[in-house]
Amino acid sequence: MIAMEEMLKVFQQHRGDAIVVSGRANRHWDKISTRPNRDLALGDPAMGGHASFALGLALAQPKRKVIVFDSEGDLQMSLGVLAMIAEQKPKNFYHFLLDNECYATTGGQPVPNAKAMAYDTIAKGCGYPTAYAYNNLESFSVNVGRILSEGGPTLIAIKILPEIENTPIGQRAPRLRRTKEQGIADLRAELGVSH
Amino acid sequence: MSEAKEASLSPETVLAEMKKGGITHVVWLPDSETNWLYLLMKADPSLTLVAVPREGLAFSCAAGIYVGGGKPIILIQNTGLMESGDSMRGWTMGLNIPVVMMVGYRGYTRHGVNKDTAATYTERFLNAFNIQYYLVEHGSDAPRISVAFEEAQKTKRPVAILVGDEYHGFNR
Repeated sequence: MIAMEEMLKVFQQHRGDAIVVSGRANRHWDKISTRPNRDLALGDPAMGGHASFALGLALAQPKRKVIVFDSEGDLQMSLGVLAMIAEQKPKNFYHFLLDNECYATTGGQPVPNAKAMAYDTIAKGCGYPTAYAYNNLESFSVNVGRILSEGGPTLIAIKILPEIENTPIGQRAPRLRRTKEQGIADLRAELGVSH
Repeated sequence: MSEAKEASLSPETVLAEMKKGGITHVVWLPDSETNWLYLLMKADPSLTLVAVPREGLAFSCAAGIYVGGGKPIILIQNTGLMESGDSMRGWTMGLNIPVVMMVGYRGYTRHGVNKDTAATYTERFLNAFNIQYYLVEHGSDAPRISVAFEEAQKTKRPVAILVGDEYHGFNR
C-alpha cells in the first residue's frame, strides 16, 4: 500500500494544467497543489458522486484534462458510473481510484469484499480502454507520466494506506480552505465560464 | 389528428423548449414514454446525451456539466427522482446548481383515483426538499418549461417539471 501524500507528490510532478477534482485526497492535495484555481475541493456532497461529477466537467471542457480522486467506497456505491463513463469515451478523463479497503472516515470498517476487488478489471469490463492497478510507489512513479500523456478514459486503481478517523464528524476541524461555492466560482473564472 | 392528440405534449414541443433554454447536455434515464423524444434528441447535433444507470448519478453529472460551462437538463421518472434524494440535495442544492429536471409523473391521474404510490409521494417528496415544480399536461402548458429554466437560473437551485401526461406525453 502507498501513503496518499507520497503518491500525490509524485502525481503533482505530472499534473500539468489539468483540472483536479480532489475528492477524498484533498486532505493532502491542498498542501501539495501548485495550481489551486484549477483544483476543486467539494468535501463530500453525497457519497458516490465524484466520478459522475468529474465526467460532467470533462464533457463540458473537452479540451482540458480532468482528473478525479475517487475512492473505492464511493465507487462501490455507484459502480454503474463506470459504464456511463465508458460510453461517453471522454479522452480527457483520468479516474484515480484511491483504494484503502475501508470506510476510513467512519472508523475503518471494511468495504464489501475489500481485499478481493479488482477495480481495474471491472473498469475494463465496463469498457474503459485502459485501466491500471498499483500497490507500490515505485511502479506508480514510473508509469503515471505516461498514463497522463495517453488519452482517457482510464482508471488508475491505487492501494492506499488507510488514514482512519474516529472522532465524530461534528468535532473534526474543517478541511476546505475555500467554501464549495468559492471553489466553484474560482474554477469557473479560471476556465472563462461566465454564465 | 384528433383533438386529444393535438392537445398532448409532443416531443417536438419539448425539444423546442430545451433549445430555447440553451440546453447543451441531456442527462437522462429513459422512462416508459420517452422514445420519440430520445430519437429527436439523438438526431440533434447541438445536444449531448448522457445516459445514467441510476438517477442519482444524473444530479452529480449535471453539476459537473454546469461547473464546466454547459447547461444540463435532467430527464428522469418520479421513481428515480425519489431514489435520488441525497444526490439532489448534495450535488445540486448544496452546490447552488441551476438545473431543470423533467420528471415523468408515473401514476398521475389528474383528478382520478390514484392507484400508484409513485404518484402519491412525488409532490410530497418535492415539497420536503422545498423544490419548486410546474405541472405540464398538454402542449399548451409547454411555456412553463421556459419558466422553470428562468427560475432555476435565478434561484441557483433545481426546479422540476412534472410531466403529467406520462402515458401520452413525449409520444406520437
